[in-house]
Amino acid sequence: MPSKEEVKYIGHLARIHLNDDEIDLLVKNLEDILLYVEKLQKLNVNDVKPTSHVLPLKNVFREDVVRPSLKQEEVAKFSVAHHNGSFKVPQVIE
Amino acid sequence: MSDFQTVIGLEVHLQLNTQSKIFCGCANTFGQPPNTQTCPVCLGLPGSLPVFNRRVLDHALKIAMALHCNVNPFIKFDRKNYYYPDLPKGYQISQYDLPIANNGFLEIKTGDTVKRINIRRAHLEEDAGKLIHDPAANCSLVDYNRAGTPLMEIVTEPDIHSPQEAYDYLTELKLSLQYLDVSDCDMEKGSLRCDANISIRKKGAKELGTKAELKNMNSFKAVKAALEFEENRQAQTIQAGEKIAQETRLWNEQKQITISMRSKEEAHDYRYFPEPDLVPFTVDQQTIEEIRKVLPESPAEKFNRFLKQYALSEYDTQILIQDKNLAAFFEECTTHYPQAKKICNWIIGPLAQELNTRRTGITTLNLKPGDFTDLVQKVDEGILSNLTGKNVLSAMIDTNKNAQTIISEKGLAQVSDDSTLEKIVDEVIRENEKTAAQIKEGKENAIGFLVGQAMRKTNGKANPKKLGDIIKRRIQNV
Amino acid sequence: MKLNELTAHELLGLLKTKQATPEAIEKDISAAIEKSEKKVKAYVRLIEEKLSEKSTGGKLSGIPIAVKDNICIKDTPTTCASRILEGFRPPYNATVIEKLKGQELPLAGQTNMDEFAFGSSTENSCIGPTHNPWNLDCVPGGSSGGSAAAVAAHEAIWALGSDTGGSIRQPASFCGIVGVKPTYGRVSRYGLIAFASSLDQIGPLTKDVTDAALLLKVIAGHDQKDSTSADIPVPDFTSSLKKDVKNIKIAIPKEYFVSGINPEIKKIILEAIETLKKLGVSFHEVSLPHTEYAVATYYVIATAEASSNLARFDGVQYGLRSQPQALRKTPLIDMFEETREKGFGNEAKRRIMLGTYALSSGYYDAYYLRGQKVRTLIKNDFDKVFEEFDAVLTPTSPTTAFKIGERASDPLSMYLSDVYTISANLAGIPAISLPCGFSKDHLPVGLQIMTKPFDEEMMFRVAYAYEQATDWHKKKVSL
Repeated sequence: MPSKEEVKYIGHLARIHLNDDEIDLLVKNLEDILLYVEKLQKLNVNDVKPTSHVLPLKNVFREDVVRPSLKQEEVAKFSVAHHNGSFKVPQVIE
Repeated sequence: MSDFQTVIGLEVHLQLNTQSKIFCGCANTFGQPPNTQTCPVCLGLPGSLPVFNRRVLDHALKIAMALHCNVNPFIKFDRKNYYYPDLPKGYQISQYDLPIANNGFLEIKTGDTVKRINIRRAHLEEDAGKLIHDPAANCSLVDYNRAGTPLMEIVTEPDIHSPQEAYDYLTELKLSLQYLDVSDCDMEKGSLRCDANISIRKKGAKELGTKAELKNMNSFKAVKAALEFEENRQAQTIQAGEKIAQETRLWNEQKQITISMRSKEEAHDYRYFPEPDLVPFTVDQQTIEEIRKVLPESPAEKFNRFLKQYALSEYDTQILIQDKNLAAFFEECTTHYPQAKKICNWIIGPLAQELNTRRTGITTLNLKPGDFTDLVQKVDEGILSNLTGKNVLSAMIDTNKNAQTIISEKGLAQVSDDSTLEKIVDEVIRENEKTAAQIKEGKENAIGFLVGQAMRKTNGKANPKKLGDIIKRRIQNV
Repeated sequence: MKLNELTAHELLGLLKTKQATPEAIEKDISAAIEKSEKKVKAYVRLIEEKLSEKSTGGKLSGIPIAVKDNICIKDTPTTCASRILEGFRPPYNATVIEKLKGQELPLAGQTNMDEFAFGSSTENSCIGPTHNPWNLDCVPGGSSGGSAAAVAAHEAIWALGSDTGGSIRQPASFCGIVGVKPTYGRVSRYGLIAFASSLDQIGPLTKDVTDAALLLKVIAGHDQKDSTSADIPVPDFTSSLKKDVKNIKIAIPKEYFVSGINPEIKKIILEAIETLKKLGVSFHEVSLPHTEYAVATYYVIATAEASSNLARFDGVQYGLRSQPQALRKTPLIDMFEETREKGFGNEAKRRIMLGTYALSSGYYDAYYLRGQKVRTLIKNDFDKVFEEFDAVLTPTSPTTAFKIGERASDPLSMYLSDVYTISANLAGIPAISLPCGFSKDHLPVGLQIMTKPFDEEMMFRVAYAYEQATDWHKKKVSL
């Protein structure tokens, strides 16, 4: 079951800032749920193929044809921070 | 250094030159204003879904076959989850455990030896957007035009043992890929990018040393230089009794050194899982055979054929095949004028020089093979001197006119006026009395020499046939 | 007669004979919204859409529809009832919206839901809960609770919802209406803001089976924009409704009638079985042996996919962006983490965390991969049953609508309320919930019928036969 440290790490992986109360609650919630999910371990699934797609579809393509893109103004309209046609984000330090 | 063996593996990212992106219909073009080649799919807007571009698979299969890879009959896409502003969905659609191809090889020539570099795997993925750092404005800017460009990642085994070999591999790979016409392979535009893993170990050691991952090289030369720097750095580190850190290092082109990305590197946990929005793909034997049929000749095949078919030297052939389009131009020329060796000389000599100074390729010039061979023929026949021929070629490229037109316009036309020619011939006979005497004694084939001398005096403008007649007449009359 | 209390097919009849006009229908809908919306809170926002002056021949022209707030409507806020999508207006229409527009169905508004469809009560919404029209103290079910409540309260003639683990059927059952989860791949997901891509389907919530058949016909069909959409012809579902059900063989899975079921519901379902028997249906007890693993399987797969699907909400392009005052990690990571902290509600965070955990290094095999394998077993159970039987009949939910707040602090008990509906999503099969009675405290009970993939015709046929033999669907809420 995930420890406090693990929950913190998962929070970082998922990019969600969590305060201490939230971490404590999540430790408890995840434990409850994972204990319940534990029942899956009882089944022998060695010879079972995983199902990623429930329909037996395959080879779904589109042809290599150019379709109209959005206009720059249309993109700007939903953009939360915009500068000369680009999305603006806090400086990325490398 | 000699105590160590260098071990290098290369990862090449290749942008495929399809019309549209890998999962949407946005144009796959370079250099447009920011965010004008984007749509809900490549922006990863909520609710949008990817659909796989058929041509991307065709291109990938060509590459797989050219690299002698095993093509997997069942392929799927996976999500690689991580956060970065240039990654619109918070995951990249890539291939994890069932890549399109694996276990291939590419042969490279280093000096006289042929070496096989093994390809571990080649898989498809989508490119990310472009992040431009603007320190002045204290922010970064994101342009998603590049997001969704089809990428093929080609990963070698750690089979490369010197920076020069790495360079040769990249050169050979680029040539093979250019032959397939699946990518621009232009490192400056970013359509071919290369990261390198390098470690060193004591000669004879079985275990690999700790590797550094090198990034940010913008040319094959830079890859070589970065590897050279790094193998020295690692050797010095070990000799100083220190440990090599497993890290990513960036090549600094200005300073010609690699610098550690000191920033606490994330322990990556990409949480790969099968992409539920795309169904799997199967590649059957028939598809493979169909692609194989239309697979263009490889550089090695062309090399061997040219040697046989045109009786060219290995050296000339090697140069000729470096540019697929130039090689095609050569072949077209030989149908107009079956003097392969002469055409080849003119292509890898004057024509290549013209292309070089103009920084362009043969396909962008409007030079017709027939016009080109006319010129070559005129020089062969002595109508034009070599030098004049070169000037005419330059003018042909500048003006799109054929050789004859330029010769007329520039007054390079042959001199056929009898009295002028007679004066020149007399001069030549005076200067070459011995030869003239031989001719008089019946050694007719020496006439050619005097014709040549006379041509020289006229800068190639004289009509050689007429010259011959006049020479004969004058000698008989002496 | 109030037009808004009629079904779509009744209204279509009236429109045809000019006994009603689109304007009159809209007027009655507006009046109902005016009267009931304060109490029910079914909508996130209403859409002021002018009726087109002239019909261009849409067969269902003039019948207002409500749409769940996770289906993209061009230039209209679409937020999944989440703060993180505050102000986001998609630059495109979902395929189903294009199809509704093709039929000239006016959009009444966008309905409330559990944030990103995470929930079974419509309490996890950033605008607050929706109330069950049958008892305002109770939840309407979820996550399509707004759509179900809007239809039940006659604030819309019909509605679209989405169903990932029961999110259409369970609220339909709690609100006494009909809800359909179509076969996976039957309806395009293009423009449906994804919860769990391999499970999500859009479907109708309606007042009766005929309306559900009509509306499914409108939204179903192959879509080249959705790689997982099936290229299978869509039959005219209404034409097979009236076929009789004699000799139809229906399976009763014993696992659905054991622990946890409310005895009152069990009794009502058994009565429904008797009704169908009288119409010539034969019933047989069967086993779906992996039923007890369905909820666990679902929560592993659905949360894993959700954790990835919701990664795009990071404040870079659209919706909410938040930056902490003081630097914590780097300006960029702080922006990601603060945006997602402020933008997501508790249940969304819980599921993203669970899904991230299930996919993370070292746990993938034990959780996600194992979940996918058990999914195969669950699907095989159904395949086997459908070799012999035409349909499977179960209750839709083990309970009737519960009180608002009652399960809010116990995520697991909330998850378990989907126990009967989840399997259909895992197996990809179609399922319908339709009203089959009321509990002693006057709350609706739903009956679920599942059939094999792409056999919605059989599903509708059995449902219609039952509906015509009873009048539960005619019971109307008075508010």
